[in-house]
Amino acid sequence: MTASPERFDTLIIGAGMSGLAAGIRLALFDQRVAIVEKHSLWGGLNSFYKLGGRRLDVGLHALTNFMAPGTPGAKARPLARILRQLRIPFADLALGEQHGSEVAFPGVRLRFSNGLALLTEEIATHFPAERDGFARLVAAVTDYPPVEAEERSPSARVVLREYLRDPLLVDMLLLPLLYYGSPTPNDVAWSSFVVLFKSLYEEGFARPEGGVRRILELLRGRYLEAGGELRMRCGVEQVLSRDGRAYGLRLEDGRELRADRILSSAGRVETLRMAGPEQAAQIQPGDIGQLSFVESISILDTPPADLGHAATITFFNDAERLVYARPDEPVDYRSGVICCPGHYAAEEPHEPALRLTLLANHARWSALEDADYYALKERVWDLGHAAITRYAPDVRPHTIFKDVFTPRTIEHFTGHLNGAVYGSPRKRSDGRTPLEGLFLCGTDQGYLGIIGAMLSGVAMANRHALAGGSGKADTVLSGVQP
Amino acid sequence: MTRDEIIAAVRDIIHTIAPDEDLSNLNSQERLRDQIELDSMDFLDIVMELRKRYGVHVPEEDYKELSTLDGCADYLAPHMADKELKLSV
Repeated sequence: MTASPERFDTLIIGAGMSGLAAGIRLALFDQRVAIVEKHSLWGGLNSFYKLGGRRLDVGLHALTNFMAPGTPGAKARPLARILRQLRIPFADLALGEQHGSEVAFPGVRLRFSNGLALLTEEIATHFPAERDGFARLVAAVTDYPPVEAEERSPSARVVLREYLRDPLLVDMLLLPLLYYGSPTPNDVAWSSFVVLFKSLYEEGFARPEGGVRRILELLRGRYLEAGGELRMRCGVEQVLSRDGRAYGLRLEDGRELRADRILSSAGRVETLRMAGPEQAAQIQPGDIGQLSFVESISILDTPPADLGHAATITFFNDAERLVYARPDEPVDYRSGVICCPGHYAAEEPHEPALRLTLLANHARWSALEDADYYALKERVWDLGHAAITRYAPDVRPHTIFKDVFTPRTIEHFTGHLNGAVYGSPRKRSDGRTPLEGLFLCGTDQGYLGIIGAMLSGVAMANRHALAGGSGKADTVLSGVQP
Repeated sequence: MTRDEIIAAVRDIIHTIAPDEDLSNLNSQERLRDQIELDSMDFLDIVMELRKRYGVHVPEEDYKELSTLDGCADYLAPHMADKELKLSV
């Protein structure tokens, strides 16, 4: 019990996409690194689990940022860059492209697929007056500087007014982007809009053969092979610090680990709370994210295509205006995302399935007694599928197996307060905290989607743990380039 | 290591980092960045691999010396003269 604490170069909190990616970078360059993960499954916000003999995915509907190798410019795009940094061959992801997706509002539907061609055509057809504005918007997105601090970025809705006049088109373009990455109600920072626009519309959707577990297994394998340690069921009680500098972690079982630096993917507020009362006092009202979701997966006896539903992902809104905000009720049925994991090019056959994601209120779900909680899950599955029949077939009679997870499930498995999938609305892109030697990676950095999660892990590992830790390397390195 | 071996060592590192790039026509005087897709993160990898394979520490202020293959050879020669070439492929 009195053995001296183990020493590491870097400790990483959380075995999600960002923590694993950061770990790979550090292990590749011979650091002694350990990832500590509270749960017995890795993956964090994007994971997989087994239930009733089935292996199910949570989180990931699609891998965004898909660009086929050989497409001009593809090598400079996030997907190729991240794979180079992690030394994972593109082919290992076994990506299958989407069949085609859509944004559906009352009376109008915009289809889109990988690359901007179809979306541009659809806008010309349904919003002819906005054709030029959309072309100018695409140009503005292309010209936007690659890195800009999120905290200074204006609202996307304000910027979009310079390009588009029809509020319906603005809502339609925003819907997928908000659902796939905005921690801010009804809006998103312009800098994030640009990143999301590129990753969803300019690039596109693909699915790894076998789902998210394929990516997670690749990451985990790469990390272990490079010599990293992965400690599961290893919750962190406290980040230890002295004189403003973090020096280790106290685990829930009382053991202590020491390290030169700590990278936390737990979220900004969550990490500050672990760092003790003095750091926690810096948390401002509004720092904690409010947006969470209910998600269901239904395994079907019939492929959705045979029921007349062809889209890979349908982003729908049934109300007059789009409302992307925490509902007062447990669930908001007016808008959401419908995903058919079978509607991607794939080699292996799999069971037909349909997933439905709706906005939800964490507090309402958390207040429930267990029996009421389970009853509400059942009811929300039923009402949710009844509510979307304008945009998807009624799969209820065809469902042979289902599971529903809620803000409560998300909070439990990810540690994100309020089950806020996209974390705090206040992002810190440099990953710094008030403590020296303690850095953030992951969702509270403002990178988006699973490619963004991996990119944040890589960028923070490079900047704070590999390049001398001064953060100067970014500038010096970019000086090497034009 | 000779100058040519140093260049071979750097090319091998680039191949490890970016296996999909065709390196056969690399010009040693032109900036690497202008010939193949390498971003600042990849440049960091060249530096880190040099450290890992040959124990050479390139301080941040000298990263700019590595922008061409010839530049790499000039800069690394004094540090790598007594090292042996290690190829990964």
